[in-house]
Amino acid sequence: MGDIRIGVYVCHCGSNIAGVVDVKRVVEEIKKMKNVVVVRDYFYMCSDPGQDLIKKDIKEYDLNKVVVAACSPRMHEPTFRNTLKAAGLNPYLLEMANIREQDSWVTEDKEEATKKAISLVKIAVLRASLLEELYEKEVSVTKRALVIGGGIAGIQAALDIADAGYEVYLVEKEPSIGGHMAQLEKTFPTLDCAACILTPKMVEVTQNKNIKLLTYCEVEEVSGFVGNFKVKIRQKARGVNPDLCTGCGSCAIICPIYAPNEFDKGLSYRKAIYRPFPQAVPNVFTISFKECVLCGLCEWNCENFAINLYEEDKIFEIDVGAIVIATGYEEFDPRLKPEFGYGKYKEVLTGLEFERILNASGPTFGEIKVNGKVPKSIVFIHCVGSRDEQVGNPYCSRVCCMYIAKQAHLVKERLPDCKITVFYIDVRAFGKAFEEFYTRVKNEGIIYRRGSPSEIYKKGDKLIVRSEDTLLGEIIEEEADLVVLGTGLVPRKETLELAKKLKLSLSADNFLLEAHPKLRPVDSNIEGIYLCGCCQGPKDIPDSVAQAKGAASSVIALFNKGKVTIEPIQAFVREDYCSGCHICEGLCPYSALEFDSEKRVMRVNEALCRGCGVCPSACPSGAIVMRHYADEQIEIQVGGLLWEE
Amino acid sequence: MGRIKIVGFACNWCCYAGADLAGTSHLKYAPEMRLIRVLCSGRIDPKFILNAFKNGADGVFIGACHPGDCHYQTGNLKTIKRVMLLKKYLKQLGIEEDRLCLEFISASEGEKFQKVANQFVEKIKSLGPLNWR
Repeated sequence: MGDIRIGVYVCHCGSNIAGVVDVKRVVEEIKKMKNVVVVRDYFYMCSDPGQDLIKKDIKEYDLNKVVVAACSPRMHEPTFRNTLKAAGLNPYLLEMANIREQDSWVTEDKEEATKKAISLVKIAVLRASLLEELYEKEVSVTKRALVIGGGIAGIQAALDIADAGYEVYLVEKEPSIGGHMAQLEKTFPTLDCAACILTPKMVEVTQNKNIKLLTYCEVEEVSGFVGNFKVKIRQKARGVNPDLCTGCGSCAIICPIYAPNEFDKGLSYRKAIYRPFPQAVPNVFTISFKECVLCGLCEWNCENFAINLYEEDKIFEIDVGAIVIATGYEEFDPRLKPEFGYGKYKEVLTGLEFERILNASGPTFGEIKVNGKVPKSIVFIHCVGSRDEQVGNPYCSRVCCMYIAKQAHLVKERLPDCKITVFYIDVRAFGKAFEEFYTRVKNEGIIYRRGSPSEIYKKGDKLIVRSEDTLLGEIIEEEADLVVLGTGLVPRKETLELAKKLKLSLSADNFLLEAHPKLRPVDSNIEGIYLCGCCQGPKDIPDSVAQAKGAASSVIALFNKGKVTIEPIQAFVREDYCSGCHICEGLCPYSALEFDSEKRVMRVNEALCRGCGVCPSACPSGAIVMRHYADEQIEIQVGGLLWEE
Repeated sequence: MGRIKIVGFACNWCCYAGADLAGTSHLKYAPEMRLIRVLCSGRIDPKFILNAFKNGADGVFIGACHPGDCHYQTGNLKTIKRVMLLKKYLKQLGIEEDRLCLEFISASEGEKFQKVANQFVEKIKSLGPLNWR
């Protein structure tokens, strides 16, 4: 090996770094180090002139290692790797020192920050001196996508990917696609009917030849990596052959078993063999084996012989190149706020339940009635289960202010004499045409009172909502025949399980975490897996659709490229040192270590190794070397941190 | 008394990202906490830790993903076992076991990183420099 010639570049990042760290002093200190040929500082290393500086020096000083002291490598490592590549240097000869996120932004004292910067740059220089060239491999991409969740976000993502000419599996755990949007009456702020805009899209899904719709299915297991995922799907037994069922419904007419209708939030009944709603896609019936008593009446009544009462779950495997998660949300359970009496008083409903009451195909066929009577007064309460530290949901659910305004408007339209009072903390009408809609609703004679109710109790046949009006500064008691809680959005339990299976990160609020909050809002922490809709955080329909289109275009971009590069950061076995003890074999989570029975040594399967580095840390003979994170490359940094300052 | 020296290890996917988030959120913490990035906490060979103590570290910090959240499925579980065993060993060598700290910090827990970093630096300061060689 020839001389080690290291160039070190310290970034000011405007005043982000230079405002706290004495950059000149860092430069002077690093100049004293062995193997360091040139040290420079610049306002913005990531800018074109900054990168040109590095490229010029690589040529001029014949550099063979580069250290950039700037922001987190999680931010700009790819940028500077490309800089090296452009200058003809292997990109893995770059090392970054994180003196912004982990120094200038987190250290109060300027002197201390400068010392820490010197120390961090020093260990980067030391590590750089031991870095070796590595070569990326290209792997082809399976040009088929999986979309998990058949709500509006999943439907949109699937349609966009399919329209680009790629095959899509759309997996939905319920018997029909449509999701929460199918349950809604009208959509704010334009008041177009949810079903009227959703059902054409649902039909489009069945008509698109590129979409394979898998309803009543769940994802069991996912393995592989970007471009090459293997997914195990469980087809739950639905007891009805979807190819033979015509959706005539003669089975449901004869079925003697009643069960609460989930689609109507339990406000009506369905049979044990059912179709969630009339516009269901696919238009087939499903037996809920939880309730079915296997009497066989439906089987006897079905003219198409579509029913099989003894069907069992099936598991099958599919290969896909990318996955879009669109698993949506769950409504907050207001039983966690017992002061509102939900579950105790029939006249207290959640937002989604009231949405069903308003819906023409709902349990009351659109007539606003509680206990068979038309209410004379209705109270709406904002922020139930959102912006509430007590129940662990400090976030805003983003849709409740507007759906309450919409529901209040719909009530006023149908029951002009009904007294409507809305209790709010603040009204957040932030979207396009939201504020205008809110103003319109206020002018319709709906009373908005600022205050968060503390209690709901019953007096005679009326409910009394007790609250402080914080604008008037007085306690008020509002009578109501019906109370609608503006229940917030919470992450689905099933999504949390899915996140565990797929190793997806969660945000503090338990929604799925995006790769970057601003610049990569549809990417997950795992390459090739994208997020859209409410699984990533509460959002309204246009935002869900926009994010779905974003996720779809990421998938399409990946498929158009057709190839992914695999980082060469992998383990390898030095055969001379290996005793074939097999200790590493059991530790590898990817079964990437194989025994070569001829040579009696272990070998790393490069198609499987992901580079975690568990095996070299356990090898008793030091036979396994982790490329880019070799023992010496780490220990030299440990030593560097312990130098006397 | 010289300043205390801490060697920090953080896995790329959880703790290092959490530390970055602490940075993005401008949450200040003790400057003694300095991190070496590894892809997985499972890469941290017990010998790195012992050598660190041998060469003058007063404390060693390991930041990993929460159990069940490991980017590499089970790497952090191996770290848990290694650290448990190593702590027993450290005691026998006359090193207080609190000088080795394993914490689970996710990519969204910037505040937790700040808290944990400050607590660990405080702890090591109260234990004082390690006189062991």
